[in-house]
Amino acid sequence: MADRTVTIASSHGLHARPASLFVQEVTSSGLVVELTKGDKKINAASILGVISLGIQHGDEVTLHAEGETAESVLDGLAAFLGTDHDA
Amino acid sequence: MSDLTGVGIGRGLAVGPILRMPEPLPEPADAASTVGADSEKVRAAGALAATAADIRLRGQRAGGAAKDVLDAQAFMAEDPTLKDDVDARIDSGKTAERAVYEAFAAFRDLLTSMGGYMGERATDLNDVSQRVVAHLQGVSAPGVPDPDYPFILVARDLAPADTALLDLDKVLALITSDGGPTSHTAILAREKSIVAIVGASGALDLADDQVVIVDASKGTVSTAPSADEQSAAAGTIAARAAAADAPVGPGALADGTAVPLLANLGSADGALPAVEKGAEGVGLFRTEFLFLDSDKAPTVDEQQAKYTQLLEAFAGKKVVVRALDAGADKPLSFLNDEPEENPALGLRGIRALRANEPILRDQLTALANADAATDADLWVMAPMVSTVEETRYFTKLAKELGIKTAGVMIEVPAAALLADRILPETDFASIGTNDLTQYTLAADRLLGSVASFQDPWHPAVLRLVGEVGRAGVTAGKPVGICGEAAADPLLAVVLVGLGATSLSMSPAALADVRTELARFTLDQAKEFAELALSANSAVEARVAVTAAANSLTTPITTITEAE
Repeated sequence: MADRTVTIASSHGLHARPASLFVQEVTSSGLVVELTKGDKKINAASILGVISLGIQHGDEVTLHAEGETAESVLDGLAAFLGTDHDA
Repeated sequence: MSDLTGVGIGRGLAVGPILRMPEPLPEPADAASTVGADSEKVRAAGALAATAADIRLRGQRAGGAAKDVLDAQAFMAEDPTLKDDVDARIDSGKTAERAVYEAFAAFRDLLTSMGGYMGERATDLNDVSQRVVAHLQGVSAPGVPDPDYPFILVARDLAPADTALLDLDKVLALITSDGGPTSHTAILAREKSIVAIVGASGALDLADDQVVIVDASKGTVSTAPSADEQSAAAGTIAARAAAADAPVGPGALADGTAVPLLANLGSADGALPAVEKGAEGVGLFRTEFLFLDSDKAPTVDEQQAKYTQLLEAFAGKKVVVRALDAGADKPLSFLNDEPEENPALGLRGIRALRANEPILRDQLTALANADAATDADLWVMAPMVSTVEETRYFTKLAKELGIKTAGVMIEVPAAALLADRILPETDFASIGTNDLTQYTLAADRLLGSVASFQDPWHPAVLRLVGEVGRAGVTAGKPVGICGEAAADPLLAVVLVGLGATSLSMSPAALADVRTELARFTLDQAKEFAELALSANSAVEARVAVTAAANSLTTPITTITEAE
């Protein structure tokens, strides 16, 4: 099992386009990834879940996954969230 | 079926097959499932997956920004959390249709409650929900049809969200059964030069794939044209396209009297195409369209950037900007959030700005800053002024904040009647004929059932325009026209005869109006104005002036068709 805590870099937060790109990354990993912001935890493959967290620029979120590839998958996802996709 | 009539927008002509805009689906009934939960889940899963695939395909075809929006919608249809919710609802005995409808509605309500950007995604969810339910019911998905061939779109009316998705390369014409000449459909049609007939009752009875001829200049839809009629129409369309490529110049009457022809714009993006069509400046820049998506007033810096972009495109030319005009058909929550029984008669235009003076000050400041940074000749006007006192208030405030030329819009009969007191208090007047007609005839311009009253040829409206024109001459102040009336070529001549010194319209109408103005002298325009004023109705006025104009010169349409 693996965890990563990331600060969101996109200047407009995780809204539709970055949210959609993020969900695409999660889905293609084949793993079940959990995304936690504050006390809310959602399935990271759910775009509605991601959007409903209302994640803003500078928010801190935690990723969690299990499985053999969890470490490398989360590295990739953490790098994604740490990049400004509105730039 | 017999031919249809409605209000034509512009003078265009189109021939092609009909496609109808599907009606929104009714809410699926909350009936118990008859096939059992397992079958319902299979149906739901299949429809969700098929919808996602369909949306993704449309995204690939659309490309650009539309692809991003549609990709996000596809993920919504594939959403695992939503799927769990659908399954849970099916387990409680619901049909797949009902479960999908309820699950999307629950998410929509959640997003709406978050407000702002998230709230706006609610529209996307509704669209996806409708598509999945349509798939389950085996009916065509609602929304703008997107076939592989050019077509004529028939709808009750079009919402801004629909028009944003229209593929203008494929839409030959628009026909709506509802809506008047100032509906969204009409405004879009003018802005994008799409042939359109609005308020054509009976249009919804047209069948898909039926070939029709749409003639906007006559306001008619020929529902069963012969092969000869179709090829004649196609020939006219080609001849007009060739004529439209003719060189452009400044607007003027036959005797050389200059009548500057300006553009009505709703965004800075429209500036370049307007210049290409020969616009000599901007006669009405509607600022509210920039802010419709906001839930709070934009900052001075944000506004300044947009105004600068606009003014840079018109260096050395006149640009008339209208201060934010929140009103019945374009509510802005940060200006006026109170529900009103008669919004057209409510806190709108300058009234709403005055009640929120900091917003007006910010806008005027941003405009003055943009003006200082560019070379355009910026004029700013207040919307829906009804009193002398409001004129003084706005003009004083605008000058105080650095606006060089400040004026008022005359849209209320009271302001037109007192134009001789209003004009000395300000720099210019611009007549908004759409609202002036609505208020003079007491007919809601958004209501299809009274669309026939919304005719700026009405002698009562023209008499008010004449009052303002006369006051302009006396005070030595410019009087522009920025309503859709200026886009009607012959009416444009009448308006000049009534004292209008400039005309502003959708860029698509510039060529036709320029040609028409060049056919007549100022004295003839004044004669036409007298003829129109002495008529008893809009129809009589139009008939009388058309007959007089045709007796003077060869009608333009005959020349075009003879080529």
